[in-house]
Amino acid sequence: MTISRKEFLKLSGLGVGAAVALSLLPGRLARAAGGELLAQGAPANARAVLYDGTICIGCRSCERACKQVNGLPPDEAHPETLTAYTFTRIRTARPEGGRPVYVKLQCMHCVHPACAEACIVGALKKTPEGPVTYDSGKCIGCRYCMVACPFGVPNFQWDNTLPWVAKCTFCTDLQAKGLEPACVAACPVHALKFGAREELLAAAKQRIAAEPARYVDHIYGESEVGGTSWVYLSAVPFEELGFKPHMTQPVTINAARAMGLVPPALIGVAATMTGIYWLTKGEKSSKHAKDAGEKEEGGETK
Amino acid sequence: MKQQERTFPLGTTILGALVILGLVPMIIRYTRGLGAISNLSDGRPWGFWISFDLYSGVALAAGGFTLAGWVYLFNREKYHAVARPAVLTAFLGYTLVILALLVDLGQPWYIWHAMVYWNIHSPLFEVAICVMTYTLVLALEFSPAVFERLNWRLPLRIIRSIQIPLVIFGVVLSTLHQSSLGSMLLMMPETLHPLWYTPILPLLFLISAIAVGPAMVVFESTLSTKVFGHKLSLDILGGLARGIPWVLGLYLLLKLVDLTARGNIGLVFTAYPQNLLWWGEIAIGAILPIILLSFPGIRQSRSGIFWSATLIVAGLVFNRFNVSMLALAMRPGFTYFPHWMEVAISVGLVADATLVIWLAYRLLPIASHEDAKSPQETRLPDAAQPPPEALVPEVAKLIQGTNL
Repeated sequence: MTISRKEFLKLSGLGVGAAVALSLLPGRLARAAGGELLAQGAPANARAVLYDGTICIGCRSCERACKQVNGLPPDEAHPETLTAYTFTRIRTARPEGGRPVYVKLQCMHCVHPACAEACIVGALKKTPEGPVTYDSGKCIGCRYCMVACPFGVPNFQWDNTLPWVAKCTFCTDLQAKGLEPACVAACPVHALKFGAREELLAAAKQRIAAEPARYVDHIYGESEVGGTSWVYLSAVPFEELGFKPHMTQPVTINAARAMGLVPPALIGVAATMTGIYWLTKGEKSSKHAKDAGEKEEGGETK
Repeated sequence: MKQQERTFPLGTTILGALVILGLVPMIIRYTRGLGAISNLSDGRPWGFWISFDLYSGVALAAGGFTLAGWVYLFNREKYHAVARPAVLTAFLGYTLVILALLVDLGQPWYIWHAMVYWNIHSPLFEVAICVMTYTLVLALEFSPAVFERLNWRLPLRIIRSIQIPLVIFGVVLSTLHQSSLGSMLLMMPETLHPLWYTPILPLLFLISAIAVGPAMVVFESTLSTKVFGHKLSLDILGGLARGIPWVLGLYLLLKLVDLTARGNIGLVFTAYPQNLLWWGEIAIGAILPIILLSFPGIRQSRSGIFWSATLIVAGLVFNRFNVSMLALAMRPGFTYFPHWMEVAISVGLVADATLVIWLAYRLLPIASHEDAKSPQETRLPDAAQPPPEALVPEVAKLIQGTNL
């Protein structure tokens, strides 16, 4: 099939017009994919923990209980961060050089975990019961979860020839038996309260309302990155504890939108490339026919 | 030494030494763990291998899909001579990515898990699947060179009959994973610096890959000209040089419009020191090449085209390092500089690929392919090439000649 230059240009114009019109479609598809993500909230009775920083005395019983339950080796020093062998940590903050204030660090078990979205093989999963679980049976050690987590939680066994990612498990084994996580049970002053997320948020609001001078008027984890299962009350601004502010949307929102565009992109590119091949092939064979015709008339073509 | 034989500029001996130098840390990695050979840490879980081998490597291999698409789908016969070298470079590039991942992954023996356990929400999953599939596509696209050399007519006919669907598939796969490498970074809105973070990052990644693909083809073919003497026609080089600035211009325009639309254009001047990284990448990779290639004198000179292409490649690598390492804060308070063993492994892999390219040019019809007029012609090997049965003694002769 031959096609004249004029027809080719006309069709190209049509193609460009269609492309412009279609370019509005990706935006709508992307927003739809993002909307789907945001619509998935936490199930009403998903488990959570409320940590009250004004009660915590920094005794680190939670650290010891966690190590024991998970069979983790003791720390040689007391680093300020979580490691592959330390799933929870009490950090000591000294706001404005005053009295030390303690804050417990561990996996936040986010409502929309970036690690679970990032994991290539789905080794990290958000369970409806609340915990974000890690399945070493699937993990390939790519460490994307470590890069994606906005709280910098998952850690890696750099010294191991068979290295795994490691983080707080939320004691899913204990929860399955109807027990509380080890750290919650171990706390001698009951700074940790385990229960349904909705109830704990309500309880936290009650505490702030009852003693407004005692607490900063903010529940950290209520809406940060779309909400976390571990929510915090504090006497001092959270920034002074090293808890940076976060966006209220899940960090995965734009990635989810981009991934929503993959199926239409696949179809669109395949169709466009096929169309271009079909169109330009026609022009090429007509050019060949022209060249052949000129050669027949005698005299060389350049 | 015969007069026609040319020595590789660095010498195959040096390349061999680099390969061995890269192997030693690899062995230590498997026996002592990743911590023993790298400066990676919990705060910096990704480093040189991800920025260089994965991010830069995949983008630089974009010559495969861009040239194959341009020659076979847009039917630009003029560039036929560069299609095959481009596909070879791309195939080796992707093989390098996979080999580097076998070092970087914590459990590389489980790399096949990605084929069985799927997380379709993960951009990196999509990259993994597309890269695996596309490497296969590239192998098939390159196979005619091997079949021609061995004079296997039936496989040759089969591959030629599926060539167009294969090229279309390759363009689709490349579009998806080149952009998804950008989508991966969308997961870090709080740690990737606002000068780079944008919802259109996947599109920027795709466009920059389309620009650097032909530039890398120019770069690689100029170097192989120095070694083998097969000169690419200035017509072809000039054609590539004419087209690339338009893609770079679109890329630059999108970047600037995006920064302005998000109200961040001021950061270009105020966000120290990241703005220096930004200016560096833009100046080297886009502004300077666009200016240089606007001069007909440069566009028509081999060295002008080569150095412009080199700038584009350097700028692209700079950009990929910026978004995956230098401007990606990951966890504050951690610093990172690559361990020499990390670099040695990557250099060793590049030396591997260079040796393979050298062998391929010596043993297979790659450059001589420029004589073929159309992909439909079944081309017999050149009369100057020894017959297929002589392949083994010829390899032996080559090895002897290197004095390894």
